[in-house]
Amino acid sequence: MTIPARFGPYGGRYVPETVIPALDELTAAYERLKGDHGFQAELELLLTDFIGRPTPLYFAGRLTEKLGGPRIYLKREDLCHTGAHKINNTVGQLLLAVEMGKKRIIAETGAGQHGVATATAAALFGIPCAIYMGVKDIARQELNVVRMKLLGAEVVPVSSGSQTLKDAMNDAIRDWVTNVENTYYVIGSVAGPAPYPALVRDFQSVIGREAHRQVLEVEGKLPAELVACVGGGSNAMGLFAAFLDDDVPMTGVEAAGEGLDTGKHGASIERGHRGVLHGSMSYVLQDAYGQILEAHSISAGLDYPGVGPEHSWLHDEGRVRYDSVTDAEALAAFTMLSETEGIIPALESSHAIAWVTKHAGDYGKDDAVIINLSGRGDKDVHQAARALGIME
Amino acid sequence: MSRIEEIFKNRSKKALLMPYTTGGYPTMHNCRHILDAFIKGGADMIEMGVPFSDPLADGPVVQASTQEALEQGVTPDDVLQLASEFSGRIPVVLMVYYNCVYAYGQDRFIEAAAKAGVDGLIVPDLPVDEGGEFIEACRSRGVDPILLVAPTSPDERIELIARSASGFIYCVSVAGVTGARTSLSDQLPDFLARVRARTKAPLAVGFGVSTPEHAAEVAKHADGVIIGSRLINLVSDAPDIDSACRAVQNLLSSVNKVLV
Repeated sequence: MTIPARFGPYGGRYVPETVIPALDELTAAYERLKGDHGFQAELELLLTDFIGRPTPLYFAGRLTEKLGGPRIYLKREDLCHTGAHKINNTVGQLLLAVEMGKKRIIAETGAGQHGVATATAAALFGIPCAIYMGVKDIARQELNVVRMKLLGAEVVPVSSGSQTLKDAMNDAIRDWVTNVENTYYVIGSVAGPAPYPALVRDFQSVIGREAHRQVLEVEGKLPAELVACVGGGSNAMGLFAAFLDDDVPMTGVEAAGEGLDTGKHGASIERGHRGVLHGSMSYVLQDAYGQILEAHSISAGLDYPGVGPEHSWLHDEGRVRYDSVTDAEALAAFTMLSETEGIIPALESSHAIAWVTKHAGDYGKDDAVIINLSGRGDKDVHQAARALGIME
Repeated sequence: MSRIEEIFKNRSKKALLMPYTTGGYPTMHNCRHILDAFIKGGADMIEMGVPFSDPLADGPVVQASTQEALEQGVTPDDVLQLASEFSGRIPVVLMVYYNCVYAYGQDRFIEAAAKAGVDGLIVPDLPVDEGGEFIEACRSRGVDPILLVAPTSPDERIELIARSASGFIYCVSVAGVTGARTSLSDQLPDFLARVRARTKAPLAVGFGVSTPEHAAEVAKHADGVIIGSRLINLVSDAPDIDSACRAVQNLLSSVNKVLV
């Protein structure tokens, strides 16, 4: 099976020569194992017994009633082991790493969800693991830092640049360039050099495959909209991939932060320009000279100045609509879902919920809308409490 | 034959001395003094970096220098200006990350570099597979596209790179990022022999070369010695620009002695 290196003009491998042979090796291994029954069976077993899949497609009755619009379903990725969709990808990549004989694991993390998911999978396979994390994110995601340490991972603080996900990824790439012979780099989003965007999408696409089957079971028809938040965009690609060949509208929701015109946002597609960041061509927040700008979002997982190359392509092709919601709107949705459904969502996922609350009136009462509830919000309660004035 | 190819061909030294600094570091003005010190110290070619916000092939020293330059507002145009001031005296190559080239407009950037008298362009995050158009555009404007090979590059890739390279081939001494190291890799001679067997182009070695002893070792196997982070360290550690220039010139002079 051939793994795409480009999505239209986007993607590619803009990385130092030193790691190109490792990307070739990874591509070859993945092409071999993608169709291998033993590998797939092993992955399937882990998805079921370790992660707890399939996750429910939950009919959010009270939310539906409250909004008075379409029938709203939540794809409950928050119920995955470790509390977010990230684990789908890390378990798959760890299986690959083991098959490839790699002895050490590295990863970058923003909100810490991917870091926790990688540390978890590394512990499962008994492989040492180092997680790069910006010091600003370490400060606002303390819970996940503790979780990673408990799981036996080394958390490497990154104090260069904006001290967030972007710089954590730079340092992870630098580590990989240095230790490429024995180290496997687990990228957490549908970003980075090929084959990662396709590989991560494939491992996450279990979300959409399940949702496709589940929505047909309960509704007897395809949904009127799929909605997911987009930072790098792995949960969105995971949900969207299985529906791309159907006539199903989709919306990716980026972080508008304090507002698109304040310069403090993470809306790479809406406000970025084509460029190269972290090994691939995509939409990037940058100045006229190509210097990468700092992104901003209340949610650490969306605080990223780039986006996966396939999203850029789906945008240009007009296949997926990309929109954004502000920190304040996301925070309101965070509270509303908690009170209405008894589910505390991640601030990332709250962006998708906020978008639906704003656009509920655009759909008929018999329409079904699926929101990817990509993670749970426990990690965000301190941040949210401060923002909401619940505590100091 | 390009000017770079000429100086390698006509050299009387064992290997050419090729110091690196970040353009606009420590300031635009003082960068000129550093470049003067490079020439006084015996440099045969100058390599200058275009500051980029996310230099993922660089270690902490070069990162910090680019960060400082960026904070002072140094742009690719400023670095091209510096290049134009020195290219009449000495060959100049620029190290520039691909997004800076892309945002400027690939053709427009190469055009501006040619106009500034830049002899070669090194793009550390543009491997040969992605660089087809860039390499062609450089050639058509008389600028050498300088490609990198790494110890991890298998023989087939070295051959592929050798076919597209001109000027010289930049051999990365170890798998890793830029930065001074205490010793050279044991595998360096074997790696350079592997490259040598597959190209007639001159070989220059960078990443981790920081002392006259390293340079002497490299000169046994290669045609050019690139020193970067160690020089930037000397500048950042110096109390003022005069002592920075003296330290830079002293180191380069002592390296130059082992190369002649």
